[in-house]
Amino acid sequence: MIEVNELTKRYGKTTAVNGLSFIVRPGHVTGFLGPNGAGKSTTLRMLLGLTEPTSGTATIGGRPFRDHPRGLRQAGALLDAHDVHGGRSAAAYLSALARGNGIGRRRVTEVLEEVGLAAAARRRIGGFSLGMKQRLGIAAALLGDPPVLLFDEPVNGLDPEGVRWARGLFRRLAAEGRTVFVSSHLMSEMQNTAEHLIVVGRGELIADESVTEFAARGTRRSVAVRTPGALALAAVLEAEGARVERDGARAEEVLTVSGLSAARIGELAFQHRIVLHELAGRTSSLEEAFMELTADSVEYRAGGSR
Amino acid sequence: MTSTTGQPAAASAAVRAAEPRSRFRDLLAAEWIKLWSLRSSSWAFAAGALVILAINLSAAVADYNNWPTYSQGIRALFVPIWAMRDAFTTGAGMVLILATGSIGALTVVGEYSTGQIRTTFAAVPARRSVVAAKMSVVTAVMLVYGAVVAGVSFGLTQAVLSGRDIGLSPGYPGALRAVAASALLAPVCALIGMGLGAVIRHTATTIVAFTGVLLLLPFLLSDRHRWSSAVLHALPRSAWERLVQMGDPFASSPCPATVSGSWIVYAAWPLAAAVVAVVAVRRRDL
Repeated sequence: MIEVNELTKRYGKTTAVNGLSFIVRPGHVTGFLGPNGAGKSTTLRMLLGLTEPTSGTATIGGRPFRDHPRGLRQAGALLDAHDVHGGRSAAAYLSALARGNGIGRRRVTEVLEEVGLAAAARRRIGGFSLGMKQRLGIAAALLGDPPVLLFDEPVNGLDPEGVRWARGLFRRLAAEGRTVFVSSHLMSEMQNTAEHLIVVGRGELIADESVTEFAARGTRRSVAVRTPGALALAAVLEAEGARVERDGARAEEVLTVSGLSAARIGELAFQHRIVLHELAGRTSSLEEAFMELTADSVEYRAGGSR
Repeated sequence: MTSTTGQPAAASAAVRAAEPRSRFRDLLAAEWIKLWSLRSSSWAFAAGALVILAINLSAAVADYNNWPTYSQGIRALFVPIWAMRDAFTTGAGMVLILATGSIGALTVVGEYSTGQIRTTFAAVPARRSVVAAKMSVVTAVMLVYGAVVAGVSFGLTQAVLSGRDIGLSPGYPGALRAVAASALLAPVCALIGMGLGAVIRHTATTIVAFTGVLLLLPFLLSDRHRWSSAVLHALPRSAWERLVQMGDPFASSPCPATVSGSWIVYAAWPLAAAVVAVVAVRRRDL
């Protein structure tokens, strides 16, 4: 289990993580979502004792990670696939990690096979593609057969087959009763993997709920109506209890209507002899729910000042 | 958390008991694997040794060839002062300092510059133990390396000179001291390199700093003024030069380098470097 309590990290005037609290439980994959710069990586580094929090606590298995003498047996982590010395072979890299934690050589061969790198074991890591490095990082995380696993953007650079493999692996690890915490800045990546979501933006907690609950935010349906009789139609629809948002100031306006089905809107327009030019139902996806939720907390955005 | 009840503390103690301490032997083995799994390590060791032996041997061969032309004055001084200079020339000493210091520095900086350090400390959170293990392995390897290079250099150069009956035997007074000082120069410089690397954490800057302090600074300091000669003789390179010198060439200096003082310099620098490295890695964010 991972527990984060009022965790804060400041770098000078910049606050990377601000009073973050959440618990990640074993048995299912938990997604750690947020736009770039939301403080996900900083949080993971604090969990692993690499970065000292300004205040608050982060524990793995009930203790600060730095109190665990053998890290790999407590938590396996893939933070950045590039965090390896390119001059060593994959086997040598894993052997050194394993040896430092009192793990036997056989385990190195096992994890290399598990991630599909057995054939590249003797090759220098420097020549690996990003996808191969991600697989190597996952292999390192698995070395100690740990109860807690942390993955920071693990599927970056993986090919579609690799992405599917990684998702299956995360689900399997969770099904074995482990705590699996996977960060991503893409909602779509979590859609099929995670059961629970921790969403952060600008270092603060935005949502901590199951994927089902989160998805419910995204099923808010609306209907777009384009009509020259916008004013009249809006009055009719509002009388029926719908919520109408007007878009545009010209005679032919687009109305975004929620609370009524497209069919009912069509019937009402017909009854009141209002001409419709377009009538389209819309369902927002999980991705949109995520975008909406984090819209205020995006750190870097293209095109203009925020 | 400041307000802890008895229960979690007891549970944490139980976990602690169940979790074996990271054995130092395992960390030593891990660092051993790391050192030798980089091809550059073996190459650097081999290239350094070859250059050092080549420089010293060529000095000995030159003296062997030129011996018939040397004046009486030179011949009178040759054993032991010139003979010993052939075994450990200044050029070879500088190559040894640079090679061992760079190798030592790279064992630390290589981890920082590649990001490997995060993986390393995430695997073994006991940072000080990791650094201590790394320093132990490098020191042991450098001790063997220094002993082999110094021993072979002494043996080969004196074998060449003995063709003119002007070579020194290992039993000659002071010969063993010179061999030991040259052998120890390797671990001393490697540890200084590691200490600088742990503080600076950037490859190029570390090597420049190391070269500046260990190799260039001695050229800028004069031994004719009290303070600068005190600083000069507190530098590892001067200490090594004093220890391999037969006779006492610095006696005229206002603050002369002594044999015992030079041994203290040999001990103080690596000790300080080790302390600095351990402190530097302990709390810094990665």
